[in-house]
Amino acid sequence: MYFDTNEDHIMMRKMVRDFAETEVAPGAEERDEKEEFPLELWKQCGELGLTGITFPEEYGGVGADYTSYAITIEELSRVDASMGVTISAHSSLGANPIYKFGTEEQKQKFLVPLATGEKMGALGLTENMAGSDASATRTTAVKDGNEYVINGSKIFITNGYYADTYIVTAQMDKSKGHKGIAAFIVEKGTPGFTFGKKEKKMGIRSSATYELVFEDMRIPAENLLGEEGQGFKIALVTLDYGRIGIAAQALGIAQGAYDQALKYAKERVQFGKPISQLQAIQFKLADMETQITAARLMVYKACELASTVEGRAVSQAAAMAKTFASEVANWVTKEAVQIHGGYGYTREYPVERMMRDAKITEIYEGTSEIQRVVIANNILRD
Amino acid sequence: MSKGIWIVVEQRNAQIRKVSLELLSQARLIANETGDPLVAVVLGQNIQDLAQEVTSYGADKVILVDNEKLAEYTTGAYTSVLNKLIRKEEPNAVLIGNTAMGKDLAPRLAQRLGVGLASDCTGMEKDDANFLTFKRPIYGGKAFAQVATDAKPVMATIRPNTFPIAAPDAARQAEVVTEAAEIDQDDLRAILKDVIIATSERPELTEAEIIVSGGRAMKGPENFPMLEALADVVGGAVGASRAAVDAGWIDSKFQVGQTGKTVSPILYIACGISGAIQHLAGMSSSKVIVAINKDPEANIFNVADYGIVGDIFEIVPLLTEEIKKLVS
Amino acid sequence: MNIIVVIKQTFDTEAKIAIGSDGQIDATGVSLVINPYDEFAIEEALRIQKKFGGEVTVVSCGGPRSQEAIRTALAMGCDKGVQIDETALESADEYVRAEVLAKAISEMPYDIILGGRIAVDDGSSQVAVRLAEALNIPSVSSVVKLDIENNVATATREIDGGTEIIEVPLPAVITAQKGLNEPRYPTMPGIMKARKKELKVVDPADLGVSGLSAKMKVQNYSLPTPRQGGKKVDGEPAEAARELARLLREEAKVL
Repeated sequence: MYFDTNEDHIMMRKMVRDFAETEVAPGAEERDEKEEFPLELWKQCGELGLTGITFPEEYGGVGADYTSYAITIEELSRVDASMGVTISAHSSLGANPIYKFGTEEQKQKFLVPLATGEKMGALGLTENMAGSDASATRTTAVKDGNEYVINGSKIFITNGYYADTYIVTAQMDKSKGHKGIAAFIVEKGTPGFTFGKKEKKMGIRSSATYELVFEDMRIPAENLLGEEGQGFKIALVTLDYGRIGIAAQALGIAQGAYDQALKYAKERVQFGKPISQLQAIQFKLADMETQITAARLMVYKACELASTVEGRAVSQAAAMAKTFASEVANWVTKEAVQIHGGYGYTREYPVERMMRDAKITEIYEGTSEIQRVVIANNILRD
Repeated sequence: MSKGIWIVVEQRNAQIRKVSLELLSQARLIANETGDPLVAVVLGQNIQDLAQEVTSYGADKVILVDNEKLAEYTTGAYTSVLNKLIRKEEPNAVLIGNTAMGKDLAPRLAQRLGVGLASDCTGMEKDDANFLTFKRPIYGGKAFAQVATDAKPVMATIRPNTFPIAAPDAARQAEVVTEAAEIDQDDLRAILKDVIIATSERPELTEAEIIVSGGRAMKGPENFPMLEALADVVGGAVGASRAAVDAGWIDSKFQVGQTGKTVSPILYIACGISGAIQHLAGMSSSKVIVAINKDPEANIFNVADYGIVGDIFEIVPLLTEEIKKLVS
Repeated sequence: MNIIVVIKQTFDTEAKIAIGSDGQIDATGVSLVINPYDEFAIEEALRIQKKFGGEVTVVSCGGPRSQEAIRTALAMGCDKGVQIDETALESADEYVRAEVLAKAISEMPYDIILGGRIAVDDGSSQVAVRLAEALNIPSVSSVVKLDIENNVATATREIDGGTEIIEVPLPAVITAQKGLNEPRYPTMPGIMKARKKELKVVDPADLGVSGLSAKMKVQNYSLPTPRQGGKKVDGEPAEAARELARLLREEAKVL
């Protein structure tokens, strides 16, 4: 294990950075301001092969490793965290469960168009009474002949409204608790499937976050993902891998804020010299760089594990990477605003957006508290 | 040491390009020291009348090659003719302006002659052995290389606006020689179908060599034609600070700075711009910065090479007139 | 159609330039990219290939790191790469590079050769045009539009204050100017495939070139002097404006 990147990774980073800086960064401020989803950029991501990095070529993917995936999310998030999470939620939450748990037919039908970017994916897990406690799912599914009938609603769904394919969890037998939950593949446009409220958020404002509403929605039985009762497990495994995407997003936000702060510190003159020559600022920069480097090693280690093994090792490494990187992102963006002083608090500079964007990484796909539960459970399992 | 310094004179419709006169002027000074005759080589059609003009700028000898095949510049024909002339006369040095023509012609000619070429030079002097050496910008002007060769002819293209043009001496006499155009068949493979000279429009902001930018002190959109007038005199583009854009006086595509365009023109004229850090971020790599601002404490003066403390509405029109006089 | 693209690896245009203790330009820590103008050439080559079929070979004269640039071109879609190992040359300038490239390319089938109009590092705009001469084929430089039909290229070339339209029989060398096209990004699958594509390293000695040495020699490198504190032009407005115009022309030499 080197927790490092190879020549292909370096070329990928260069490509994604080039794309991110040229195409994504210029409109980031405006999209944030207008809460506008980056639909055109999403299409370009598909053309560049960023929508199915970890899936094999036979399923329309690139067949690259998780490090390639993390680098992509990192570089997109470095300039626009909303763009990063759009790709992450699509790949890790929308497409990966089909790759991990789907039948060959489901993979051909649903995964291929997702991997190629022709379609967008999302995961419908969270409900208003089932956040960290996903087992409290109230959405129900009832088998009726050759169909399932689903009722209920999901909230805070990233890529909601814009996604074509949703993985939705629903309770089939409340008496079995989380073992009664099943996961389904739901297509946009299915009768009975509508979108509710669009969330107005503090950060990642150009990422779409919608409520999904199911009213007697009937889907064919072959859209059951895995087996009945396996839904909770599917959700947990999905989140294990999803956390790598969020860890990479947090890493990218931190790197972006640090790069901005470093540039500003070299340019901003106070007391007759650039503030980068003041030790107070130098120490901040040194700590930021140190923290980011540590976060990067953890993220890439989780990637190496996700690319080579399965199970607890991935779960723990991903949870640790996400916990650490998201906390680093929050701290680094705060320091970046501080280095910018008054300007940092204005929308003239992107660091205020980055600070707002960073917060969510400590919350979604498992709060930092839930991450610690996951880590502790792994440590104490023996 | 007497085989001469040659200047390949560029002309279009019998109008000599400015850079050719700059080269004649500067090479005259060097030729005085090396003892080389200064030779002006003029290729074209109906160019006999140019002999006197190049003589007045310092030529000791003029070689005219007047032929319909040379009426417009083409790589092949010009290379063919010059190659033969140079091989026959064996000059010590051949200098060409670094124009669209020079950039195309010089490398081809140098390769045919089997010699080196210093491109886009901004400095030229002679060494102890009377060889010309050159200073040339590299990495987009972020560094310079001093280059030399010990093979002859020494060849270089010189960047326009590098050397001043000397006052012409109408009484000057030179030997005028007319040479026949010998063009190899192979050099006529490319055919020039059309030349389209663009009607003057302002260049794109990031590509402009000169930018005239306005800030908060512009007071309103009705005053931007004042900047356009100055820009048009120098063939430049018009830019603006964020303050002017946010006020709605000019489209955001003209904004220079942190949230606008990053520009590196040769000359940036900041009119009524205070010099906020986010504006400086977008233009501080300009080669020469001029600031015109009422406030003597304005930050823009800290980065400006030249500054005038004064009212832009007074200074800018005056400056436009003065520059118009100089460049015409 | 057999298409050859000649590329050069250059410093990133954002790189800070420093001179090392050995007096040479210090490349330490500088990120290297494909010369931006060469990217237009690559893009045009791929478009020509799409229209006429055939193979795109990317050739670069450079050190071992230039393989990264070649791999990037392969990731963009070029088929094969050739690195001419410049470290094996005694010395290299535009003349030497053109000679070596010509030797290597003359052994390959080619119908058109594309390159950037200028490399952003040494800024000399020479090698591609010299290459055409060394191969005894015509060239059109600074091209912003290119059409090919019946083995004849019609190129719109940028000149000072306008454009020229030039018709040239193939094979020919075309140098690309900004505006010719919008270069594509390499894609993720392209990057994965690039590793498997052929990249041949050629020792100049194997091309039968020997005794070549640079015609132009760099005597030294220097950095521009840092910006001087501003010069305030005083006097009455009319006087100050006149003096400023004079300074810009005679001292700053920017007018």
